This record gives sequence, structure tokens and C-alpha cells, in this order.
Amino acid sequence: MSGELSYLGVSLSRPRVAFFELTSCEGCQLQIFNKEATLIDFLSLVEPVNFREVMDEKSNDYQIAFVEGAVTRQDEVVKLQKIRENAEILVALGSCACFGGVAQLKNRFNDMEWVKKEVYGDYPIDTQQARPLSAEVKVDLEIYGCPIKKEEVERIVVDLLVGKAITHPKYPVCMECKANENICLFDLGEPCLGPVTRGGCDSWCPNSRMGCWGCRGPAEAANMDQMIKIMARHGISRETMLDRLECFGGFAGYVEEMRTDETNEDIQGNSE
Amino acid sequence: MIFRVFNKEELSALFDVLAENIIVGPVEKALDKDGIPLYSFELVRDYEELRLQYPSTKISAKKYFLPHNETLSSFSVDKEGWTKHVDYNIYKPLVFFGMHACDINALNKLDKVLLESVYPTPYYGSKRKNMFIVGVNCTPQSHCFCRDMGADTVQHGFDMFLTDLGDRYFVEVLSAEAFNYLDRINSREAVEVDHLDYMKRVKERIGKFTSKVDTTDLTKILDMEFDAEVWREWGEKCLSCGTCANVCPTCYCYGVDEQVDLDLKGAHKIKHLHSCNLLDFAEVAGGHNFRPESYIRLKYRYYHKHRGFVEAFEESLCVGCGRCGEACLADITVPEVIASVRGEG
Ligand code: SF4
Ligand code: SF4
Ligand code: SF4
Ligand code: SF4
Ligand code: SF4
Repeated sequence: MSGELSYLGVSLSRPRVAFFELTSCEGCQLQIFNKEATLIDFLSLVEPVNFREVMDEKSNDYQIAFVEGAVTRQDEVVKLQKIRENAEILVALGSCACFGGVAQLKNRFNDMEWVKKEVYGDYPIDTQQARPLSAEVKVDLEIYGCPIKKEEVERIVVDLLVGKAITHPKYPVCMECKANENICLFDLGEPCLGPVTRGGCDSWCPNSRMGCWGCRGPAEAANMDQMIKIMARHGISRETMLDRLECFGGFAGYVEEMRTDETNEDIQGNSE
Repeated sequence: MIFRVFNKEELSALFDVLAENIIVGPVEKALDKDGIPLYSFELVRDYEELRLQYPSTKISAKKYFLPHNETLSSFSVDKEGWTKHVDYNIYKPLVFFGMHACDINALNKLDKVLLESVYPTPYYGSKRKNMFIVGVNCTPQSHCFCRDMGADTVQHGFDMFLTDLGDRYFVEVLSAEAFNYLDRINSREAVEVDHLDYMKRVKERIGKFTSKVDTTDLTKILDMEFDAEVWREWGEKCLSCGTCANVCPTCYCYGVDEQVDLDLKGAHKIKHLHSCNLLDFAEVAGGHNFRPESYIRLKYRYYHKHRGFVEAFEESLCVGCGRCGEACLADITVPEVIASVRGEG
């Protein structure tokens, strides 16, 4: 895409951007191409130099790297370090890159060799605990969501271009859910992690009468103690809640605490 | 005031004459897990959908006068120059068919801040001035404490108010438009027997309030108990989720974002309702936060509603609709919070 970029008469340079994936479903990258109505405008803001899903050329000369996926293999560590060296701005794109995502579910099993055998049999393959990008390299910007919300990426890219501060909502999903005037899932007898999950998705799941699974990780004032009580009051089991909290990795710290509490209760219970 | 009466069968006729406008009213939105209907204010195209006997709605009608998200203005720039576009986002008057006294009182309170202040806001004013309100009497629910807030009856701010007398409606008529509409259906002047039945109805209703908030000396007590331990206890429960403000008919706080258009040819200014319980409500440039703790934020919600507003306007900014307590997943309710601050909880 050619032509000068400018905003309010001030010319802006079109950043060279690259997209990469590690262990992921590539759904976040696909999201970027999902909204045809704004695709041309979006692509005219940047100069893609590396985007396997849509182009053949490859270049290592880029300013912004969008990296999707979790780190689960040694070759990915090497690849990620290379990207870090090349990029001025490294963006973790989606919940896999931010928290480990769905892939980190395997971390629940202590024995990685056993996991490997269950899935791949005797096929020789490297597999490690799934980790977010930030476990290996410095990440400049995180874009949450499984998948990401295209509108949010568009806003962030525009803000980057014009030099505005990049901000994420600090409030939980409930804020947007109430603005959308949804019926609360708890009134329907179903669990929802909206009260503790970071907003920004425009309450995507509750809009379709599905409880939030916490894909964007914790809101900045997440009150997990109260969330546990709310689930209990509504007759929703702790295991159901933990299943959701564990799904995308954003709540790993809280999950660990809850599991430790359970173990302690078990020990105390047994010794009585 | 003019009082009129019409038979129940005439209600659909009243709906029909008003239906030359867009009608907003209480409708059934869903059934909860126990099969109990949940109501909301929606556009009503068919009289059969209207539920005038509704207990209350989960969320107030505020999306029609204080939308949760509203584009205030936009501009675009090209080689010739720039154009500005300001839109108050109201194109047609709305008829509100079936508002309870609390919700009309809420509008009257909002008027004081948003219309009668030094800088009236045209975004609210344009919508408020283009409302035709048909109030309707209600049955107090277990969460309603409007009577303690002085908001169980309403004196102004509507066009007509209906009270169900069993076989007929008793109508308070406040505007000429309302009188003219009533003229187009079968209605008559109220007579003594109607007055007596009306007074009986009012008395019956008063006996049905169960939820209580003692407002005696409340502004002073709030001052005295500023450092009370109970605030911390409530704060520990609070999710900082903003649900209470979102469902409230009188919360009006907001933030404004400027979004640069994707084609870089202009920008939009968008207003989002905010809530003083949200973490960044009192965050200023540089990331400094004057209210980092949730108990302090929660406390100031109560101070605005029940102290600051009372000092400014001699009335509370709460109409006692009880929606916030019903919607709060952490079970934080106004009657319980106030009682605890009074040392009665
Ligand atoms: S459905 Fe979920 S996100 Fe929406 S208000 Fe209820 S708890 Fe919050
Ligand atoms: S509602 Fe929850 S699970 Fe759904 S997209 Fe939003 S944050 Fe993710
Ligand atoms: S009081 Fe309740 S509804 Fe309000 S912010 Fe706190 S938890 Fe949310
Ligand atoms: S504070 Fe609660 S009870 Fe008072 S008007 Fe608002 S929603 Fe109703
Ligand atoms: S300060 Fe809080 S209580 Fe007062 S209007 Fe704003 S959101 Fe509502």
C-alpha cells in the first residue's frame, strides 16, 4: 500500500510490521483478516513485511512484531529471541502469547514425558511447559483475548501511529456487559467469570448468553475471594470455577493459590 | 391538577393514540432460572407486549436519556478544510409508557444537575425535553425503599400518571398534551368515589414497604463515621465492577475518549458512562490514583448519593429503587450499608 500517511496535516511514517506464530491456532492472526469492511484501511496504515497467512515475502527488517502463541519448544525460544532482536516493539498478540493460553492446560500435568507419550506416542518431539512470551523476552505491549478483538487491535495500531498512550480497560467484563444490558448469567443459573476478568471484549460471550471464561486474564482489581463466594452462593462447584480459571492461563497465580488452599484443607481434613 | 378516570378496557385505546409516536415501556425480557420473568424498558410496537403491572426492571431506562456509550461529536479533515459534526442523538420524541414514581423522580434529580446547572448538557437536555411520560403506580417489592428516600410519589416531571383502581385507571394530568390525548379516548372527570378509591389504594400501598433506610441525621452520621471499620468490610466484598452505577437511574458519571478514525481522516469523541467504584475513577495524569482502595471508592459512592448531593440540593441522589442491591453479585445493598454505618447492621 502506498501513499503518504498523515493525521491533521502531520505526516506519519508507515511502520513495517511482521506477524509470527509460535504454539497457537492462528485464530488471532485470522481475526485481523476477518473484518473485510475495514481491512483495506487497516492494511494501509502499516507495511506488512512478514505475514505467513497472506503473503510469501519474508523480511527481517521490521519495526513492530506481532507474535501469536505460547512458547513450548526450544526452537521457539530461539525464534522468539531473534524476533526480539529485530523488533523495536514486540507485541504479544492474544492470550497464548500473553498467558500461555489453551496450550498451558498441559502444565497441569507434572510429568511432561507422560503428556508427550499420550499425545504423540513414540514420535520424537520436543515439548516443554507452555509459557507466555514474557517468560523468555521483554514484551512491550500485550493484546489480550482468545481470540483478540479486531476493533481493539485497530485502535491500538492507530494510537501507536499517532503517538497516543496505549491503554487497556482496567474494569471487569461486567462493566461492558451491563452497558450492553445483558441478562446476568447468574440470574440464569450459570457461571461467569465476568466480575474478575479484564474488560475490552465488549462482553463478547455474555452477549451470546455464554458465561465468561476469563480469556483476557484478571481485571486490575480482581476480587477473587468474592468471586469464589459468588460461585458458591449460586451453587456452582469449585471445580467448575477452576476449569474456567485454568483455561487460558491468565489466572495462573490465583489457581495455584486455590489449589494450595484445597491441598491444605485436605491435609487438615485427613488429620482430624 | 386535573384528575380524570377511564375504564381499563380503554388502556389499549390510549396506547393506540400514543402509538403515533415511538413508545418505550416495560416488557418481559427473559425468564430467570426459577422461571420468574425479568423486565426491561424496550421499544413497544404491540400493546400485547406491554407489562404495566411489572414489579421493576433490572436496569433503569437510562439508555434512553444517558446512553452507556454515546458519540458526542466527530470531525473530518481534508484538503479543503475541516468539518465538525455534533449530534445530540435524538431524532424523534419518545413516549415512556409505564414509569414508576422512583424513575420519574430520578429524572427530576438528573434535571437539577444536567439541566438546571451552570452548564446544562444538551445531550441530556434534548432527550429529556423530547419525552412524554405516562407514569404508573406500582407494588413495592422487597428491595424497594423509595418511601424512605421521599421518592415513592412524584409531583412533577411527567405528563400523566395512572393509578390502577381495579376496574379503572385514575389519572393525574400534568400537561396539555396529556389532556388532549385523554380527550381522544373515553375518559371522564374524576368524582368523589374515585378520589376515595384512590386514597384507599395509596394507603394499601404504603403498608407494603418492607425494606427500610433510616435517613434521620444521615448526612451528619456519614460525617462522623467517615473512618468507620464497616467501610473496609464492605470494600472487601466489592468487585469494583460498576454494576451498581450501570443499573442506577441517577448515576451520571462518565469519561470521554477521542478515537482517531482508522483512515486517519478524522476522529470521534465518545462518551462512556463510568462508575466511581471502578479502579481508575480517580486516576489522573501520571497514573496517580486518589482512591486506590476499593473500600474508599465504595464509601464515596455513598457519600455522593447520601451526603454531598443532599448538601447541595436538600435531597438524596438515591431514589431507593433498590436496583443496585439486586444487581450486586457481592450482595452489597443500600439498606444494609446505611444500617451498618448507623451501627445497626
Ligand atoms: S453475565 Fe457475567 S459479565 Fe455479565 S453482569 Fe453477569 S457476571 Fe458480569
Ligand atoms: S467474555 Fe470473557 S471469555 Fe468471552 S471474550 Fe470476553 S473475556 Fe474472553
Ligand atoms: S457495590 Fe456491588 S455492584 Fe457496585 S461495584 Fe461493588 S460489587 Fe459491583
Ligand atoms: S443507588 Fe441504588 S437504590 Fe439508589 S437510585 Fe441508584 S440503583 Fe436505586
Ligand atoms: S460519583 Fe458514583 S454515585 Fe455519584 S453519580 Fe458518579 S458513579 Fe454515581
